[in-house]
Amino acid sequence: SLHRPISNKECVAQYKDESSMLRSRRDKMNTGEQTQHDQGIYSPNNEAQSTVFFLLVVLLSFSTRLYKIMEPPHVCWDETHFGKMGSYYINRTFFFDVHPPLGKMLIGLAGYMTGYDGTYPFLKPGDKYEHHNYWGMRGFCASLGSCLPPFAYLTVLELSQSLTAALITAAVLAFDTGCITISQYILLDPILMFFIMGAVLSMVKFNRQRYRPFSAPWWFWLVLTGVNLSGALGVKFVGLFVILLVGLNTARDLWSLLGDLHLSLMDFGKHLLSRVFGLILLPLFLYVTIFAVHFVVLNKSGPGDGFFSSAFQSRLIGNNLHNASMPEYLAYGSVITVKNLRIAGGYLHSHWHLYPEGVGAKQQQVTAYLHKDYNNMWLVHRPNDSDAQSGEPDLVRHGDIIRLEHKETTRNLHSHLHEAPLTKKHFQVTGYGINGTGDPNDLWQVEVCGGQKGNLVKVLRSKVRFLHRATGCVLYSSGKTLPKWGWEQVEVTCSPYLKETPNSQWNIEDHINTKLPNISLSVLKPHFLEILLESHIVMIRGNSGLKPKDNEMNSKPWHWPINYQGLRFSGVNETEYRVYLLGNPVIWWLNLVSLGLYVVMVAAASLALRRGVQLDKRRIGRKHCRVLLEGGGLLLLGWLLHYVPFYTMGRILYYHHYFPAMLFSSMLTGITLDTLLQSADLWLRPPYSHWLLRGGQAMLFLAILDSFYMFHPLSYGMRGPLAHDPDSTMAGLKWMDSWEF
Amino acid sequence: MLTSIKLPIVIRAEINLVLVVVTALGLLSRLYGINFPKAVVFDEVYYGQFVSLYTKQVFFIDESGPPLGHMILAFGAYLGGFDGNFIWNRIGAEYSSNVPVWSLRLIPALAGSLCVPLCYLLVVELGYSHLTALGAALLFLMENSLIVQSRFMLLESVLIFFLLLAVVSYLRFHNAQSDSPVRLAWLVLTGVTCACAVGVKYMGLFTYFLLLGLAAVHTWQLIGDRALSNVSSLGSFFCLSMNISSVVLMQVVGPHDQMMSSAFQASLEGGLARITQGQPLEVAYGSQVTLRSVSSKPMPCWLHSHKANYPIRYENGRGSSHQQQVTCYPFKDVNNWWIIKDPGRYLVVSSPPRPVRHGDVVQLLHGMTSRLLNTHDVAAPMSPHAQEVSGYIDFNVSMPAQNLWKVDIANREAEQEVWKTILSEVRLIHINTSAVLKLSGSSLPEWGYRQLEVVGDKIYKGYQPSGVWNVEEHRYGTSQEQRERELELHSPTHIDINRNLTFIAKFLELQWKMLTVKHEDSEHKYSSSPLEWITMNTNIAYWLHPASNAQIHLIGNFVTWTLANLALAVYVLLFLSYLLRRRRKIEDIPEATWCQLLQAGVVCAGGWAVNYLPFFMMEKTLFLYHYLPALTFQILLIPVVLEHLHTHMCASLRRALHGVVLAGLSSVYLSFRTFSPLTYGQPELSAEQLASLRWRDSWDILFRRR
Repeated sequence: SLHRPISNKECVAQYKDESSMLRSRRDKMNTGEQTQHDQGIYSPNNEAQSTVFFLLVVLLSFSTRLYKIMEPPHVCWDETHFGKMGSYYINRTFFFDVHPPLGKMLIGLAGYMTGYDGTYPFLKPGDKYEHHNYWGMRGFCASLGSCLPPFAYLTVLELSQSLTAALITAAVLAFDTGCITISQYILLDPILMFFIMGAVLSMVKFNRQRYRPFSAPWWFWLVLTGVNLSGALGVKFVGLFVILLVGLNTARDLWSLLGDLHLSLMDFGKHLLSRVFGLILLPLFLYVTIFAVHFVVLNKSGPGDGFFSSAFQSRLIGNNLHNASMPEYLAYGSVITVKNLRIAGGYLHSHWHLYPEGVGAKQQQVTAYLHKDYNNMWLVHRPNDSDAQSGEPDLVRHGDIIRLEHKETTRNLHSHLHEAPLTKKHFQVTGYGINGTGDPNDLWQVEVCGGQKGNLVKVLRSKVRFLHRATGCVLYSSGKTLPKWGWEQVEVTCSPYLKETPNSQWNIEDHINTKLPNISLSVLKPHFLEILLESHIVMIRGNSGLKPKDNEMNSKPWHWPINYQGLRFSGVNETEYRVYLLGNPVIWWLNLVSLGLYVVMVAAASLALRRGVQLDKRRIGRKHCRVLLEGGGLLLLGWLLHYVPFYTMGRILYYHHYFPAMLFSSMLTGITLDTLLQSADLWLRPPYSHWLLRGGQAMLFLAILDSFYMFHPLSYGMRGPLAHDPDSTMAGLKWMDSWEF
Repeated sequence: MLTSIKLPIVIRAEINLVLVVVTALGLLSRLYGINFPKAVVFDEVYYGQFVSLYTKQVFFIDESGPPLGHMILAFGAYLGGFDGNFIWNRIGAEYSSNVPVWSLRLIPALAGSLCVPLCYLLVVELGYSHLTALGAALLFLMENSLIVQSRFMLLESVLIFFLLLAVVSYLRFHNAQSDSPVRLAWLVLTGVTCACAVGVKYMGLFTYFLLLGLAAVHTWQLIGDRALSNVSSLGSFFCLSMNISSVVLMQVVGPHDQMMSSAFQASLEGGLARITQGQPLEVAYGSQVTLRSVSSKPMPCWLHSHKANYPIRYENGRGSSHQQQVTCYPFKDVNNWWIIKDPGRYLVVSSPPRPVRHGDVVQLLHGMTSRLLNTHDVAAPMSPHAQEVSGYIDFNVSMPAQNLWKVDIANREAEQEVWKTILSEVRLIHINTSAVLKLSGSSLPEWGYRQLEVVGDKIYKGYQPSGVWNVEEHRYGTSQEQRERELELHSPTHIDINRNLTFIAKFLELQWKMLTVKHEDSEHKYSSSPLEWITMNTNIAYWLHPASNAQIHLIGNFVTWTLANLALAVYVLLFLSYLLRRRRKIEDIPEATWCQLLQAGVVCAGGWAVNYLPFFMMEKTLFLYHYLPALTFQILLIPVVLEHLHTHMCASLRRALHGVVLAGLSSVYLSFRTFSPLTYGQPELSAEQLASLRWRDSWDILFRRR
């Protein structure tokens, strides 16, 4: 036979290995009490100590974040967006944003509770707040941001059972200027990170309850994990990464439960179902609830209408489709507006301006326009101009040949074999003729998608394509923006590629025909799930549409861990009050070094274990390996999940996207450095190793404190000359040329 | 030892006749009538350009992908004695008599035929029976899409060949006895073929990662084998990692490395090496140079100017300075020559030459038109946020010359570093406005002959390759007079490369326009999305006879595709059920069988996944043929799953399975037969026959009604 015995033997050997591990684990289970006791660095004394330290961490982190919270008293950076969106919730006007609504709803709620009335316009960064109550919103974000160090402290304490590791982590996060700055303003990031850390903490706590399944704390932490997951996803889609982390952790957990033969399949089923409930159904329900609240609160027409489909708009008070009534089927002689089905596709539009010299034929422009306008109106005609008829007008059917006349300019929708202005492989679409008389190139065949010959065209609900008779191409909106001559409206072309895409599908939105009976459109009101789906599609499109512009400096993911370049939150010049979002470089570089160290240490530890090196002469060595592999592994996975996906994203990226990953990296730093110092006795004899341990810890805390003292003006504001000036407060601290302070 | 010397020299040969037959069938199916049609078929139009460039020995930097594939195709052209004189501009164009169609298509076809025995070997190496392996080879043999793709000057078959060879040789390495010396050879072969696969298409990288992962797991098992001493396990670990990673890394880095590719081009006797040998290293005042943009997006090009001015008004109504155009031109041209001038001094190199150093201020004089490189506060034609760059013409309109540039060597090792040919990456910073000379990335409209736009960028930050230039061709200028200088510029740097420059210039211009059209729009009639590939919802018309109904399509064998999908689904089900049941200590199959199934899954299902799933992340235009490497691995899964079912079934079902296998094979054969006219392009079918072949509504089969 060709499969060699070696590989099989190995496979068997590995399998046996695993089963023996299982056996030992089962033994441990049987003597659960004893195991608990074994791990016990948890003595009552330690418990009290850790509580004291926890309170210290809470105090420190709240004081660093709430210090100078009112400064500067003007709009900083993205506050212009998120503050504005908070106001929209207070005013209940509909808007569009690429992120899910929870974060902005919470900001709005915080503002509302603290007496902000939603009247401040948040026009642009640098605008003064004056008498408006902004402290509530900032204070809310800062409070959530202040929870991060305590959460991290508890998480690391759970993972490593080491007070020093937890303290290192807490110090790193509490004294990082980047974390402080990003928590102090009206932004989504502190809210997002609060939920992410909350989910991680409750997941770790839940893992600790492994030996007491279905007890009250077990359920509590499970449900709390689920709640935090839905919160994280409800703020930004980045929450998906932490969901993935929890999912992987749960899968591993279930896998080990499945391998436990003492557990009957029934019990395993219970475990599985309870996790499905706590980690899938419950978060899903909460997430949907968030959107339900979002749609209920925002019921007035606002700046976001044009992004959504016609049916969606009919929900919004103040929109012309709200409570509207119109004839149900498209008829000849009707006045209509035609909307492209591409998300944010715009209405078919024309105006008196002609295409400029050199762009196809010099005829009237036809474009797609996102806003409602009188120039979006078109008249539906038969090819031969005989509309004058009495009685009920004829209805347009699938396969009919029609002519579309622009109501304002009386030109016909026309196409011919000239190349389109931007999409060179398509044909140009123009307005041609006068008073409705044109030529055979004005004829279009109506085709209802999925319809058959003779089907009627339903207003709003039918997807319609317009096929050009003469050339066989299909009316198409490319989504490209025309240059100035086209008023930066969207290009409309005639595409020779007949694949059905939303770009070539249109629907009839307004439909005016006095000779036909109107029906109420309230029947069209979309189902809640349809709205939910549509708003997600719009958000995802919007997200991927955030492409970097040519002349904009784009931040690259590899810049982030090395703290290459920060973000200007406020102010540029010497005279202004400047805040610069930049991580404390000492801390960030420490994190970076720790990542490398961690990989080396894990490689060494797992090789040693694999080769059966006698590490376990002393219990402590084995415990370190376990903390390093399990706790550290979980955190490394978290870091990877929150960092690596950015490399594949095509959208524009900013420095602050790294902060969730930075949380994980900081926790890993705590565990790595602590383990490194603790295992000093591997190569040093006892008195010296102890000195090294204490000395190292002291050095570490001093370095963190000192660097915080040096760099604190980044967060708490700088005035006066820039760093290159020797008189500046930051003189000599511009360690990298790319920093802009 | 002595006894072995006494033995006579003996060669014992074992020939696996099945392998021979399978190879012969493969050769027959792939090579039969490959010079039909004598016309450009589909993407041959694209690869043909590169082949021509290589055979005409024109220097160019190939940025379209890794170069090995193009080199392999060019080797075919070289064997056939192709002189490169053919205009690749239209699919379906008849080949002229100087094009050796047979030899151009020979190498891909050979690679495609050799895949058939490789499939056989792969399944055998996975530990399955010879009959199963034969089944795999037959299924692969009768796969219409793979046949079509092998029979033309295209690269997929070469890629598949390397991928299969890499997997086979790795399995050979793994299965070989640990002390045999041949073992190492297999490992080296794995590395080399992986490198070749990556060299043909970057997609090969993913299969390399798969093998690397497999090797890592195997090594980890080896390390865990405590029977081995520390030293030997470490030794084997190092041996494995060094071999695989070093060979491949070297090769992967290779294509990006200027020197590596130029070395190859030197071997084609027309490359960079010939251009650059004998050039002075240090750029001096008075040097005549061509400046190449370090960035190769959208394409590699040289700083260029010509006797045409910016239009007074652009189409959008904005005005320009109406001075001479400065562009970036992707082809060698006498108008790419510039002279580095000391402001206010002569144009010739003094003796000894005064080298230009980092931080020096220079003027750049366009050789043919004697205009100085200039930029000013006028918006550039296509990128209005940046400054226009022009050859300065004094129109007496109070627009003074601003033609001083500071030389900033980006990769300097010392201040005061001398500007070196090729090696130095230089930023040219404008003195008056501190704008940086930069390639904007957009191309000019018709008035600028669709050349690339060059601008002065005032908000330039950090290191952007588009703002960095290097000197590629260089000589010390000797003539002060304009007329003499023109003559000098027209004479090539070292040896005459382009005797008939005008023809080549036109030829290249044409090609370049075609390329830009290709780049501009990602929409294509036959493009498809990865989801459509699994069910073969799409096809590609490769060629259509200009007069008759004879045509060639990329359509797979529908039965095989369905069976492959089924096999994958069955495999996943089997795997999951075994996995879960084993976790509960219920062992349906022996340990060894489980390991074998696992390995087959990693290779076949894993090979399918790594060659398919990455396409979901790609934004480029995708075609059905991108799926073929994945399909190859998926097909191999069919016999593997069948054999597994066969061994672990009760006897009564076994007989039914025999019947199913026979029926399956014969329907595969029938389907192959039915579609072979579309595969080979002959015999011609009638319109009715063609219509009956349209098994799916989404297939695009063209026919003329007469």
